[in-house]
Amino acid sequence: MKKNMTYLESVHRDGRIWGVALCLIIFLFPISVCLIFKTLPDWQALAKGLLATMPMYWAVGLVEIFTYVPMLGAGGTYLSFVTGNISNLKLPCAIDAMERAKVSASSEEGEIISTIAIAVSSIVTTIIILLGVIFLIPLSPVLNSPVLKPAFDMILPALFGGLAVVFISKNLKLSVAPVILMLLLFIFVPALNSGTVGIMVPVGVLFTVAVARIMYKKGVL
Amino acid sequence: MEFSVNNPILFILVGVIIAAVLAQSVYFLLRALKRAKQIGIKSQTLKSTIISAAVFTVAPAVAVLVGVVALSKSLGIPLPWLRLSVIGSLTYETVAAGNTLEALKLDAGSRITDPSAFVTILWVMTLGIAIGLIFVPFVTKKIQGGMNKIGLKDKKWSEIFNNAMFLGMISAFLGYVFCDVTLAFKGDYSGLIPVAVMFLSAAVMAVCGIIATKAKVRWLTDYALPISLISGMAFAIPVTGWLS
Repeated sequence: MKKNMTYLESVHRDGRIWGVALCLIIFLFPISVCLIFKTLPDWQALAKGLLATMPMYWAVGLVEIFTYVPMLGAGGTYLSFVTGNISNLKLPCAIDAMERAKVSASSEEGEIISTIAIAVSSIVTTIIILLGVIFLIPLSPVLNSPVLKPAFDMILPALFGGLAVVFISKNLKLSVAPVILMLLLFIFVPALNSGTVGIMVPVGVLFTVAVARIMYKKGVL
Repeated sequence: MEFSVNNPILFILVGVIIAAVLAQSVYFLLRALKRAKQIGIKSQTLKSTIISAAVFTVAPAVAVLVGVVALSKSLGIPLPWLRLSVIGSLTYETVAAGNTLEALKLDAGSRITDPSAFVTILWVMTLGIAIGLIFVPFVTKKIQGGMNKIGLKDKKWSEIFNNAMFLGMISAFLGYVFCDVTLAFKGDYSGLIPVAVMFLSAAVMAVCGIIATKAKVRWLTDYALPISLISGMAFAIPVTGWLS
């Protein structure tokens, strides 16, 4: 048990150091661009742009931290919140890896498998984007091709169709209520669409956990 | 220095930041692998985790690359390259850039030539989504500590709790797939495209699962998710043609 804590403790220690350092480096970028080109932002446009962007994304971001940390594990969290694309890439990748390795997200094995999957996914993403940037000119016609556009537009349905089969078949009783609730909400509430799905993830998570708790207490699960 | 959205110095700065982010992933990967060996996780499990994570990532990563290309028209290459390699998603960066361009009274399609406009967009993109970057180093341990307390008491409940979280997230995205289906009553069938893609991908996943267990094709489970993802994406091409 003590050894277990030691690994997790050290992941938190290193995660903090890396996190703070990378945060500073990322903020140094706009500062250095200002210095290099001897320019300042257009303050009025900056205020307007931030006002239109920040309230929503900070609110969603805050809820996302609380929703995704328990699912990603410590190492996975420190990596994912720097490299992004959590719901469409990192988390499905980690969930799939833990499922196949038959480990629980809250165990040390789960922590390790999730970290490995997310780290590999981050590295591969970075390499693919790097190659893409290097070969941007020959690749542009392919990536911009109208024939392929529908495929890239439909990445989320294609991804979650596959994941859903695994989890629904494994938790048939528990999945009925959340799936019906979300279908009704998204079909009949016009404000719910691709832009607001991020807000509905924590709603779905809290609802499902509550339903699970009730079913568990009643001995249904 | 004279400003251009594709100035070599921007490429160098962005390259350095991306290298630092890459170093973090490599560091955590090596630590996790070392620890995995110590606690006796089979090397076969580790190998299959690495390979299938890498294979699965390819299609979504190419989709991210499409975003870099889309944003590079007005912002040049280095800025979208950085933003989409680090933190951002295409939806967020497009919204952040769009809002700022509007505030600057600039056209979204044309290349930025004014350095002040460029740094304004850069600051909005950086600050607008910085909450995770700033807070995660400080709150992750506390959140996890709270979770572990719930988990340690009751093993069976902790298992159910994990599954419930994943299911909750998956059900939100399943709902999203259906968000435009009612348009079909008005004669617009494009809302059915994501539904069709989702069902095909689900069917492919189910078939992979059945073959893997019945015929004992072990390796298939490692690639089932990427196979269903790519099948769904490929199916989206003809389906979009039929339904829109």
